[in-house]
Amino acid sequence: MPSSSGTASPGKVSAGRASVVTLPTGDGDGNDGGARSVAAVARVRRQLPTSPWLFAAPGLLVVGIFILYPFVSTVVNAFTDRRTLIPGEFVGLANFRELLHDEMFWIGLRNSTLYVLGVVPALVLLPLLLALLVQKNIPGIAFFRSAFYTPVVASIVVVGLIWVWLLDERGLVNSLLEAVGVGRIGFLSDQWLLLLSAMTVTVWKGLGYYMIIYLAAFANVPRELHEAAAVDGAGAIRRFLTVTVPAVRSTMVLVGALSSVAAFKVFSEVYLMAGPDGGPAGEDTTLVMLVQRTGTGLTGRVGYASAISVVVFVVTVALMLLVLRADRKEDA
Amino acid sequence: MPAAVDADPRDRRRRRKRVTDEHGKHVRVWELALRYALLLAVLALTVGPFLWQLSTSLKGPTEDIFSSPPKFLPGEPTLHNYDRVAQTIPVWDYALNSLKVAAANVVTNCVGAALAGYALARLRYRGRRVATLVFILAMLVPVEGIIIAQFTTMRELGLNNTLIGVVLPGCIGAMNVLLMRNAFLNLPYEIEEAAFVDGANTWQRFLRIALPSVKGTLAVVAIFAFMGAWDDFLWPLIVLSDPDKFTLTIGLNYLHGTFANDERLVAAGTIIAVAPLIALFACLQRYFFRGVGEGAVKG
Repeated sequence: MPSSSGTASPGKVSAGRASVVTLPTGDGDGNDGGARSVAAVARVRRQLPTSPWLFAAPGLLVVGIFILYPFVSTVVNAFTDRRTLIPGEFVGLANFRELLHDEMFWIGLRNSTLYVLGVVPALVLLPLLLALLVQKNIPGIAFFRSAFYTPVVASIVVVGLIWVWLLDERGLVNSLLEAVGVGRIGFLSDQWLLLLSAMTVTVWKGLGYYMIIYLAAFANVPRELHEAAAVDGAGAIRRFLTVTVPAVRSTMVLVGALSSVAAFKVFSEVYLMAGPDGGPAGEDTTLVMLVQRTGTGLTGRVGYASAISVVVFVVTVALMLLVLRADRKEDA
Repeated sequence: MPAAVDADPRDRRRRRKRVTDEHGKHVRVWELALRYALLLAVLALTVGPFLWQLSTSLKGPTEDIFSSPPKFLPGEPTLHNYDRVAQTIPVWDYALNSLKVAAANVVTNCVGAALAGYALARLRYRGRRVATLVFILAMLVPVEGIIIAQFTTMRELGLNNTLIGVVLPGCIGAMNVLLMRNAFLNLPYEIEEAAFVDGANTWQRFLRIALPSVKGTLAVVAIFAFMGAWDDFLWPLIVLSDPDKFTLTIGLNYLHGTFANDERLVAAGTIIAVAPLIALFACLQRYFFRGVGEGAVKG
């Protein structure tokens, strides 16, 4: 999503400009109209020379003050020992050197990485299958599509708390497991099961969103391709693999990129299910949880938290490049 | 999983009894049945947890909510827990705070993104490319990574621990600006040209001609702004410290932390938080799906 708009914009901007330029003379109705509109253009321009900037100013201010300036100051702070109430001084790479020996940092990096590895394949494949299921316009399908989208709409806190209750030692899932004779499982007390449970929640909440993205992609697959393949005697599975998958491959890459970046920055699910301290002995802490924990409060180590943030930036950009590179390789 | 639905082509030829879908294409009965079975299974997985939460919130204090096998329907449904949650935390105040934040976010995003989007798409000036680039860059910055710096910025402005502070960082989303820009770019120039020729100034052309033509995208921006603000967790958690000013999500987390042992209360709280969103979604789902599709395909 970000990359596509990034590459699409220059072309679109110049296309827009071109049609504005041709506007007065391109009017074929007569000389009068052309001359009049040239005058009008000049008049309007003289009237409001500052208006473009007035239009853009609120957006530029907000984005500048609250997104770009904090971004720059995060990078700058990463090289200082700034704390919540102390401005701090330049300390060079000290924060990064400390990171190398910080056990919590490695735990956070491990968990955020595991999150990507666990969540991304599921979020690339399952919504694709789900989109296939709701693709055909059979009666009542609009209801199913909306219903499958509900978890996306619900806020993450609600979703987290619902699942905490479902996976509780005495919750619904364990009641069902006990009823069928499996016995109760401590989903929320074991370090690894907890991480797995949080991943399940992330996948559960994301299914509907990516399903819609795939549905939009399906709409662009020519129907004839399917029909031609069917005439050639290809069964459903074969048609899926030879027609659908290649046609939505770029969408799969997009979903992979979006979900991997989001998964690496996971905060809410794990925070809600494992608690602010990140589960037993903090073993379920993720990188963003670590940023939040170290950087806030009266004794918050802003500089150190910024250094962790910089690691988050770098890994996120690397993930994006990796996914896009994989995409290009398959093209060649 | 759905691919297996009509996996065996031989089976297809044996069955002759057929129904048709809206396109007049033949759908085999067994395939249809399997499709609906799978749809219902996924329905149970996606909506079931919400219904279970609703059921828990309606169970009275004497009812066993931990029974095995579980009881899906409350024995004697009661709204008692909704009263109790309001006595435990000021849940309606929190809801009001969330509503204020969400409403403000909708207004600022619609106005700010429409103005900026128009400036990027339709107005000509030196630096337009730079302005577009600024929004693209802003969209790429991961919010989770700059959250501490946003907090210090907010403190320097003296706005931390206020609802204004909750609203400001996302009050004009770069993504929304670019969505509006795309919408304006897709409008035909002819109508605006006519107004241009008639001497309408920039403001008049924006307000009377361009804006009414992009209502659909504006609705999408409004919906996403509302949901984004209503759902946000990390930023309010960092910026708000005073329980009086909590939004609903932070209040729920607080409720969960303090009264973790009473699931009925937490369930009632979560239902209060999620019900308005589901209602909003049910009313506006048409715009919604269009918005997600547009956002995904066009970026």
